[in-house]
Amino acid sequence: MAHLTAEEVEHIALLGRLSLTEEEKARYAQQLSAVLDYAVELASIDVEGIPPTATVLAAHNIMRQDDLPSLSIERDDALKNAPRTDGISFEVQATFEDRDA
Amino acid sequence: MTFCTLTIQQAREGLRARQFSSVEITRVFLTRIHELNPTLNAYITVNDDEALAQALAADARMARGDDTPLLGVPIAIKDVLSTRGLRTTAGSRILENYVPTWDATSIKRLRDAGAVFLGKTNLDEFAMGSSTENSGYGVTRNPWDQTRVPGGSSGGSAAAVAADLCCAALGTDTGGSVRQPAALCGITGLKDTYGRVSRNGLIAYGSSLDTVGVLAKTARDAAIVLSVIAGCDPLDSTSVDTPVADYPAALNGSIAGLRIGVPREYFIDGMQAEVTSAVRAGIEQLRQMGATIKEISLPSTHVALPVYYLIAPAEASANLARFDGVRYGLRVPGNDLIDTYGKTRGAGFGAEVKRRIMLGTYALSAGYYDAYYIRAQKVRTLIKQEFERAFDEVDIIASPVTPTTAFKIGEKVDDPIQMYLADVFTLPCNLAGICGISIPCGFDAANLPIGLQLMGKAFDEINLLRIADAYQNETSWHMRKPVLS
Repeated sequence: MAHLTAEEVEHIALLGRLSLTEEEKARYAQQLSAVLDYAVELASIDVEGIPPTATVLAAHNIMRQDDLPSLSIERDDALKNAPRTDGISFEVQATFEDRDA
Repeated sequence: MTFCTLTIQQAREGLRARQFSSVEITRVFLTRIHELNPTLNAYITVNDDEALAQALAADARMARGDDTPLLGVPIAIKDVLSTRGLRTTAGSRILENYVPTWDATSIKRLRDAGAVFLGKTNLDEFAMGSSTENSGYGVTRNPWDQTRVPGGSSGGSAAAVAADLCCAALGTDTGGSVRQPAALCGITGLKDTYGRVSRNGLIAYGSSLDTVGVLAKTARDAAIVLSVIAGCDPLDSTSVDTPVADYPAALNGSIAGLRIGVPREYFIDGMQAEVTSAVRAGIEQLRQMGATIKEISLPSTHVALPVYYLIAPAEASANLARFDGVRYGLRVPGNDLIDTYGKTRGAGFGAEVKRRIMLGTYALSAGYYDAYYIRAQKVRTLIKQEFERAFDEVDIIASPVTPTTAFKIGEKVDDPIQMYLADVFTLPCNLAGICGISIPCGFDAANLPIGLQLMGKAFDEINLLRIADAYQNETSWHMRKPVLS
């Protein structure tokens, strides 16, 4: 039986970049445990020597010249749906603090 | 003449014979949408102005002698496919104001073929769900019984086709999202082979499983649309360079000698008895039409559900990382960038999407990756191999689409496992990457539709559509209509 603790749920939510309410954390701890219990069935299946399937296609690298500039979109179009821009770029909060400031 | 019941085939015949114009039928559909959509909620966005402009342009093209497969035909589009200049929400509040600046490849192909876009249809948020109850824009109601769900995630498209609010619609199918709502709404739903139709411009959910499919009134209409949207695309490296057949031309009505396999694992305890008997009767009908029937076994069927609910959420957790409030969509400012990401996503995503991101993130996290994600991918290999072996013996596999007919709105919403079980017969097809179709094969005592699922080997849409079309030549289940005021 998988039983996710409150700490585990908080850790996963941080990894998934999801701010959750206390009520959501409690609910997901219970529901995710139930789904993971269901997945326990897989542990009983013999997969010795079986390769994983990441794609059903016979995947291979496709190489081409970097010559499709027409597929790019214009800057104004790229910015059209952005929540905040200065007209030429997306505006976001700083990723790193400026330690010298 | 009641234009709204027109199939694509009938619409094209009438347009070609100048019995009516595209503008005329488009207006009739738009009027009906405005009359019925406030109750059914099949459409999130109605595209009045552009649809009439497209219809006008189609009429002008016809006057010049143009004749393309969908010229002037009014259709609907699941709101997870990007449409240039037309809001695309993916059923999520996080994309409430998102207007794509480019078309998905499938949409571009529909435009080139002359289709008229009536609007964008409702869906479970990011196509995650089996009932359309997870939409950020309210539930869609089943036209056969408005207290019941239409299925999902393409529930808006299915309800729109069933209620004659369009001639046909595009949907997407990651685990059954075309076939299951088609079954619950009594229409035809085609999930083509993975790689047959470009995914470029489809807002991604599970990238190794996602397919663009068709919801239609007949198998022939599904064949017409598939011929338009199928084909290799340089913008999708997983689209496959296999020749596109003239699918409508291949529908010759003959299924004599086709070998149909019936997997015993698809008839399980707890299924609605009326579903079992209608599906069995449908298979018997195919036998009488000249097919040979053989019982087969797909022993790993019962683990398709846990495999899917590890792989699909894992892929979703990666795909949905792009919704960070920077380039598009909602932004809820926080104390710093990480806090902004969390607040934006916490507020913008609905409960099921968050549940799947959590599940997928867990399955991919250090310490659990091998036990859950890699193990699920290995079992996926077994499922795929079982189908390959089965297709050595048979041409087509026949089964139920769903264990029950349409369930009540609210009935399963608090129990994820019960909801996930609605897809138990449709998930394996996606995991194996093959093609499948749902066609109406009966009704239960409450007059709710029942679907028959046919599955074909990869890129064998011809046999799949041929058998579905032949069945519809001999039966009339697909012609029944719900009573709507």
